[in-house]
Parts: sequence; C-alpha cells; structure tokens
Amino acid sequence: MSEQIILNIGNVSKRFGGLQALSDVNVKIVKGQIYGLIGPNGAGKTTFFNVITGLYQPDTGTFELAGKPYSPSAPHEVAKAGIARTFQNIRLFGEMSAVENVMVGRHVRTHQGVFGAVFHHKAAREEEAAIRKRAMELLDFVGIAKFAERTSRHLSYGDQRRLEIARALATDPQLLALDEPAAGMNATEKLGLRELLVKIKAEGRTILLIEHDVKLVMGLCDRMTVLDYGKPIAEGVPADVQKNPAVIEAYLGGGH
Amino acid sequence: MANYFDTKKNPRKAYTGMAIIAVVAIVFPFVSANFGNSWVRIVDLSLLYIMLALGLNIVVGFAGLLDLGYIAFYALGAYMTGLLASPQFAVVLQSFVDTYPTLGNGLLWLFGAEVAKNGIHLSVWAIVPLGAALAGFFGALLGAPTLKLRGDYLAIVTLGFGEIIRIFMNNLNLPVNITNGPQGINDIDPVSVFGVSLAGEQGSHGIVHFLGISMPSVNAYYFLFLILCIAIVFVTVRLQHSRLGRAFVAIREDEIAAKAMGINTRNVKLLAFAMGASFGGVSGAMFAAFQGFVSPESFSFTESITVLSMVVLGGMGHIPGVILGGVILAALPEILRHVVEPIQMALFGQVLMDAAILRLLLLGLAMVLIMLNRPAGIWPAPKHEDRPDADIDNPGKSTDVVAV
Repeated sequence: MSEQIILNIGNVSKRFGGLQALSDVNVKIVKGQIYGLIGPNGAGKTTFFNVITGLYQPDTGTFELAGKPYSPSAPHEVAKAGIARTFQNIRLFGEMSAVENVMVGRHVRTHQGVFGAVFHHKAAREEEAAIRKRAMELLDFVGIAKFAERTSRHLSYGDQRRLEIARALATDPQLLALDEPAAGMNATEKLGLRELLVKIKAEGRTILLIEHDVKLVMGLCDRMTVLDYGKPIAEGVPADVQKNPAVIEAYLGGGH
Repeated sequence: MANYFDTKKNPRKAYTGMAIIAVVAIVFPFVSANFGNSWVRIVDLSLLYIMLALGLNIVVGFAGLLDLGYIAFYALGAYMTGLLASPQFAVVLQSFVDTYPTLGNGLLWLFGAEVAKNGIHLSVWAIVPLGAALAGFFGALLGAPTLKLRGDYLAIVTLGFGEIIRIFMNNLNLPVNITNGPQGINDIDPVSVFGVSLAGEQGSHGIVHFLGISMPSVNAYYFLFLILCIAIVFVTVRLQHSRLGRAFVAIREDEIAAKAMGINTRNVKLLAFAMGASFGGVSGAMFAAFQGFVSPESFSFTESITVLSMVVLGGMGHIPGVILGGVILAALPEILRHVVEPIQMALFGQVLMDAAILRLLLLGLAMVLIMLNRPAGIWPAPKHEDRPDADIDNPGKSTDVVAV
C-alpha cells in the first residue's frame, strides 16, 4: 500500500463541564504529508492536540498510530509511541542550553540509568556521545547550530520555535505535531518556518499542523480539517476546503 | 570564578584548583591539631552537613522539588545506626518481652540470646549501604503521595513528614521502648575500619593508629567523612551530566514539556527523592557513629532549614556552590562561637552580648545581604554564555530577525 495511514483518530469527544469542546472528531493522516487543523479561536484545536498527546483524557475515541492502537493516557507514553509535539506558548527548558534541550528529547530513545551515569562505562559513554551528536545534527538541521551553547531562554523568539521543533524531532517521532508554530512571528520569520516545515516533510516525516494563519496552512498542507465549536465542518484538500460555504461562514460570519 | 572545576572546558585551571583543595584538605587536620581538637571537630560536622546539602541539592537544586523535611532522612540514618550498632537492640527486645510476652519471646527466639544480651553491632560496611537504602526507601515513600504537588504545597507536605519522623523518634518509647524517647540512644559503636576503631582503642586517649600514622580520633573521622564527601560529589557530578541529570533539570524547568518529551516524571521524581534521601541517610549514620549518641533534638525543623539555606545560599544546582554554602553555614556559627566573646572582651572589656544571640544576628544579616546582592547564591552555576566555547564576541545574527 503506497498510502500508509500514520495517525487514525476516530470519534474523539471531550467535555469540560457544560462545554462540549470536541464532538466526534475524525482525523486520518497519511504518512509523509502535512495535515492542517484550522478553525477560529476556541474551536477546539488545542484541545484536540492535548487529547491526542495524552495531556487531557478523552471521553470517547479510538486512537491508532502507524496501524497500532495507542492509549493517550500519559504524555510520556504518547511520546514513546511516536508523537512529538510543540506548544502554542513555547515551553523550553529555559535555563538549559539549546543543545541540552535537544538532548532531553533523546531521553525517550535512550536507556542509561543511575549505574551508567555514575560508572560511565563504555556503553554509557557511547550513548552519551551519540545523544550529543544527534542533538547537534538536529540543531544544524533547523539552522541554529551556532547557538548550541546559548541558554535557551536567551534565544530570539523565532529561534526558540526552531529549538522546540528540534527537540521534538529528537524523539524520532512518527508524527510531528506543531501547535501554532507561526504564532507571534513576523512575515520573514513565517517564511523561514515554512521552509523548515517543507524541509522536514522532504525527510519523509509526517506533520500535524495547527495554525491560525490560513494563508500559511493553505499553501503548505496536503489535507486539512476545519473545526468550529468542537465539530469538524470540512475535510479535504485545501482548494476544496477554501470554497466550502460552512468554512466561509465560520470564518467570516453568515451573510457572505 | 565561573569556570573553576570545569574539567571539560578548562582542564588546567580545574585540575590546579582541585589539586590545591586536595593539598589543603589533607594538610588541614595535621596543622590544626596543634591548636586542639575542636577545630577539626567543627570541620567534621561541616563535612556531614556538606553531605546533607549535596543530597538535598539533587532534590531541590536539580529536580526543583522544595523539600523542607530533609532532616528526616538524616534522622532515619542516625536512628538506624543507633539501633543496629549499639546495645539498644537488647533493650528493645527486653521491652517487647515485658509488654507483649508472646511476641517478645518470638523475637527473642528469632534473634537469639547473643543479641538479647548485647544488642546488634553491625560494621560500618553494612551500616553505610543500609542507611542509604533505608533513607532512599523512605525518600521514595515520601515522594509517592506528593508527585502532583509543587512549590509551596510540596514544601508543606515535606515539612510535615520531617516533623512526623522527629515526633516518632521522640515518642517511640511507649508502649514498647524502641528509641528511648527524648533520652535518645547511647553507646553507639564508633566506626571501625579494617579492625581499627576510629575512636581510638581503650586507654589510648583517643589516639588512632592507622597505616603506621598516629592521629587523634577527630582526624581519623575527618578523613572518613572526606572520603564519603568525595564519593558523594563524584556521584552527583556524574549524575548531573547524564541522561538522568538532564531529566531532573527538565522537570524543574517545565514539567509538562518534560512529560511531552517522553520523560516518565513519576519515576524520575521518585528517583530524585530516593537519591537525595540516601545521601542524607549515610550522613546521619555517620553522625550517630561519630557522636556515639542520638536524640530527637538533633533533628529539629531548624536543621532542615539550615541544610536548605546551604543549598540556596551557595547556589542551587551548582555543586561547588553548594559545598561552599555548606562550609560557610556549618563552620561560621562555630567559628563565631569561638571568637565573638574574646573580641568583645578585647574591645569593651566585658561580654555585652551572648555569643549565641550574636551568632544568630550575624547569620541573619549575612543571609539578607547575600540574598539581596547575589540572589542566585554566592557561587551560582555559570551561565552558558560565560563558558569559553560560547562565542559571545561573535554570536552571529539571529536566524530570523532581519532589518526591513
């Protein structure tokens, strides 16, 4: 089969008290594509994100990653299963250097414990060297290798976004989930981000992209879903979604 | 002084610094022995505090979990030694026999007549790992219910735990006498290494002969504590620059992001608690053997605060800073105790203020000044930018920010 489904989410619902944040959301993401999730403010995009990455517990739903069911019960299990995410409000390990941030991302794919740390035996030394090497490669890949030893919170905003993406990539994810990566960026920075996402896709990785900036999403995504009030109102290739009357109404209001 | 002791970035400076410290550390007791044993004794106790501060630094400095009851682990190590290396266990068995004859006789049968007569006397080789294991176990036990707590809330729970342990020690003399209550446990065996008692043989007036060298008992303990301290420094330094050390710091910096990066925060936090506690347990065990006596008074809440102050004042998360904090806060009060009254006598011809009062005043003043002028501690971790390989002179343009 040429089109392998990486992420298959069925009928996810999530309720916060009286608010139905998500109702019956279905998402199927094909390997190697960029999948967009858009919608007006409060549509439930980030809730959906938090549900599939284990931060919130869903009320209903089926979850499959690369053909295998996974349980989004704990974030670290989800990361281990192969979904890495970034955050809408950047969440770096501020006091650590950039390269250390990415090295933390390797945690889930490495094994050394207390014994290895204290005795520094051959396997531990080799693993540590491999972690550092991979982290440097990833910093280079996202274009901030020269800031490797900088304290991460001293990086510029755009570079912090890049660092967060590098850290997520360090977990060797099957699916890279980006929560509004362009938020707060200027036009030039957005252009740089776009290039980076294209480069990540060219490596054969799959991306789930939540974005506010419709222009960015339309040009970048292979398929997309539009959420409004927690319900999917349109799904398909960007050109079709753009013409969908429900989408136009959600974004511009009725009467257009 | 940011780059001392950084063997990777600046090996020559680091090794020179270490060599100087090593020479001073070895020569110190022999020199100061000429001025009486009290100075070495002060440093012995400082070394115990440094072990405590290094252990607490794992919990507070690395993992960012504020622990106000840390002295409980020190107490556990000390009381464990009190029970397993003194005649106390015979008292415990007798008390069981008197109160619950069936259970007591069962225990008597289990432990045998020898223990019932003389108590248990384990050697230091068993005491150190047992102390570490027991305290580590209790560390994890304390950690388990507090996993979801952070900051103030965690501090309150740990404070309670510290008090619970102390109050237990104070009251476990009824209905069966285990800890002797407020009277404490006496006659704890001194440490003996390779058949040499570090308290000195009977009739030797506290002179220890070891490897052909004669030294006072306090000097022998000094070297034992120094070795333990170095071992703990070694473990924490290695830990800091490892996968686990990074996981600790990641949890401190942002727990949600750490989870999202696949760190099992529950296990890593429990490990931090257990490791920190185990160092406290070792230190407590050594304290008991050194003093020969433990009582609940030694483990009051102020002690927890003192150890925490060492970590915070020295520089949270920075090992040399924590050691410095330990040296200053453990030794300074003792030094002041010795010099405050003579100075007053010399200046005013009479003692105007009691040493104990002035000591606390000066300590408080020092803390306020340090926190005002150096909020990150006296010797905080160097910023990444200050390290020689961070090219600060030519940092290059940021990738995205361009002038339009």
